[in-house]
Amino acid sequence: MIDELGQFALILALVLSLGQAGLSIAGRFRRDVTLAGAGEGAAMGAFVAIVIGFGALIHAFVTSDFSVMNVAANSHTAKPLIYKIAGAWGSHEGSMLLWCFMLTGYGAVMALARRLPFGLKASAVATQGLLGVLFIGYMVFASNPLTRVVDAPYQGNSLNPLLQDPALAGHPPFLYAGYVGFSVVFSLSVAALVEGRVDPAWARWIRPWTLAAWSLLTIGITMGSYWAYYELGWGGWWAWDPVENASFMPWLLGTALLHSAAVTEKRGALASWTVLLGIGAFTLSMMGAFLVRSGVLTSVHAFAIDPKRGVLLLGILGAAAGSALALYAWRAPTLKDEAAFTPVSREGALFLNNVLLAAATAVVLIGTLLPLIRSAIDGTPISVGAPYYNLTFTALIAPALIALPAGALLAWKRGDLRAALRRLWIAALAAVVTTLAIFGLVTPRSLLAACGIGLGAWVIVGALAEAAERVRLFRSPLPEVGRRIGGLPRGAWGMTLAHIGIGVFALGASFETAWRAEATEVLTLGQTMRLGAFELRLDKVAQSFGANFEAERAFIRVTSAGRLVCEAEPDRRLYAADGQTVSGVAICGNLLDDIYVVSGEPRPNVNGTQTHLIRAYWNPWVRFVFAGPLVMALGGLISLTDRRLRFAVTAKVRAALSPAAAE
Amino acid sequence: MPLLPRSRTARRRLMTLSVAAPVLILAVGVALYAMRGSISFFYTPSQAEAAHVPAGQAIQLGGMVRAGSVVKKPDGEIDFVVADKRGTSPVTFKGELPDLFREGQGVVAMGAYNSSGVFVASQILAKHDEKYMPPELAAALKKQGEWHGDGAQPSYGVSP
Repeated sequence: MIDELGQFALILALVLSLGQAGLSIAGRFRRDVTLAGAGEGAAMGAFVAIVIGFGALIHAFVTSDFSVMNVAANSHTAKPLIYKIAGAWGSHEGSMLLWCFMLTGYGAVMALARRLPFGLKASAVATQGLLGVLFIGYMVFASNPLTRVVDAPYQGNSLNPLLQDPALAGHPPFLYAGYVGFSVVFSLSVAALVEGRVDPAWARWIRPWTLAAWSLLTIGITMGSYWAYYELGWGGWWAWDPVENASFMPWLLGTALLHSAAVTEKRGALASWTVLLGIGAFTLSMMGAFLVRSGVLTSVHAFAIDPKRGVLLLGILGAAAGSALALYAWRAPTLKDEAAFTPVSREGALFLNNVLLAAATAVVLIGTLLPLIRSAIDGTPISVGAPYYNLTFTALIAPALIALPAGALLAWKRGDLRAALRRLWIAALAAVVTTLAIFGLVTPRSLLAACGIGLGAWVIVGALAEAAERVRLFRSPLPEVGRRIGGLPRGAWGMTLAHIGIGVFALGASFETAWRAEATEVLTLGQTMRLGAFELRLDKVAQSFGANFEAERAFIRVTSAGRLVCEAEPDRRLYAADGQTVSGVAICGNLLDDIYVVSGEPRPNVNGTQTHLIRAYWNPWVRFVFAGPLVMALGGLISLTDRRLRFAVTAKVRAALSPAAAE
Repeated sequence: MPLLPRSRTARRRLMTLSVAAPVLILAVGVALYAMRGSISFFYTPSQAEAAHVPAGQAIQLGGMVRAGSVVKKPDGEIDFVVADKRGTSPVTFKGELPDLFREGQGVVAMGAYNSSGVFVASQILAKHDEKYMPPELAAALKKQGEWHGDGAQPSYGVSP
């Protein structure tokens, strides 16, 4: 019954999205506030309907209603509750419902926005409605999560055990909130093209949405990377796999968009470029969904794929992106975009940042799609390896990082590069000292990695120097500095934090990549193996039990020069529901570094004793790799709370939320 | 500044070009350079034999793990045979196999042949999903008529 209700709600959401598009378009052309208002109402209605449908699916998962095909294929009665709920978005159908949930949710918030001018808002709500029609239509007709089966099985197929993990339960909601957050920017860009006006006010309106989407996407990608790091047992955190690239490309272009929107807002320049990025970021998000869900590319992360429906997703991508880009080609030349600027200025630096980020996106895109292109041309299956990305991406991002601290210190309009560099002497000093120290002290020597770490120090200290400059630290009396700190907009703090975050990431990525160590050995009980400066001793192996798995747990004592570092307890879990074995990685270490231990299958030795294959990694500074992006996301979220960038939802919502305060 | 064009638009374009062009040249140059060493081709055993893949060249080898061929040695090395319909290839790999490596199932290994014709794998492609078949392998096997796709649906069947 509840499932049918949910089914009905999903169809209702489709109809409401159609209504949202139709009413808003009609309202826009007749300049009729009532019609456009009805369109906004439909947008909120569509969201409510999707919430009901989503609720029905979660209910089916929680109650293990195996008459629903999706539940039968992805759930099991023995699964812990959190993974029953997370199972609702662990499948192809469920993830599309999550996508639609985000899409209509953002649409509803946009419908509540009050500061947008009439025409722009009606056009944007209509565009969001059309996107809703495409995706909800796809879900209802081709990928229905609430389809029933004729003979309900007594037990479900269970969710892939690899996906039963806290980081992965949270990864899709954050990732999709980021991906789909760009849909609002897409809609506002299309609306700006329809209205033929891109001005600083428009740039200010898209910034909160871009910031929100970008921050959430950052968190989502980091969670996914961390999950792959400790769940897949391969000891790495990024493999340039097509599925990883699919989430990374919208992020790169979104980063470019954040910066170009600032130029458009402050100087009115780069208007049509900002619009193009607004369209591009969501296009890459949709392409990500297509690449991930269709399985056209070989990926280690491929699951919940369905090649046949992938064609439909490609059609949706073509329809949405194609029409938006056609509109861009037609209307962009009419946009007023005449503000010229000098190369040495904040906008000049941001322009350089944009060119580099766009080029980096392009090389990742080419690498990701090359196997598809090549096999379409002559049918030769090829794959593009990580070295391609490491080389091209680093070559394009390193200049951006070198330019970053100086760019942030340049004034708008006409900057003084020499003065900016003078203020960065401390950052330059930090960079040189760090590079030399790392190069001299860490063996085996690696100049490249030392330079990468120096670059990280340059960016971090540069960001701090910029913040100190803003508050006139050491140059004004303390009370004055305190007053300036208090008066600094949150956007400035956010920017500083985000820049520190990228620097922290550069530190971790450089160090970990250059000086990670790896060892694989077959051990019997009591034997030891070496991993860099550490000694690992296999003490015992014992049975243990989890909620829905049985595990064989190894107890490994990690020592360094005789001193106990930690006890690692990796295990191998057998999930009875689907007979799959999954390695549970043990991670221990100190503040920055991880010792990462995986225990392999037991093997009988020649003389009959049981041996265990133990794989261990020493990942120095790896925690910077995950901490850096989180600091960046935090910076984005702090910027989001800036008074000047508040979501224009204001009065109405606040009154609705606190009736007492409104009295 | 006599060197710069007088019109505002022209000056803006010149500036855009002067920033974008070097970056573009850098991107294209580095991308082309990096591609030379990073592209590897995919072969099934019989295709690799037909193409005379030289020893030492990095490729991806895909096929089915022949049932009963997996030998796990005490030193951690694993030997197995990858087969397609027309040919086989011995593979050796040192390390931990992905959790979803099974006899009789599809596998993609990255590595190179050594001089005695044994494929030394540096990495076995991990899969998250036991029903997943890498697209190149699926295409190659379908062409040979060994596998017809469509293993991805749950067995309960779809209600109409």
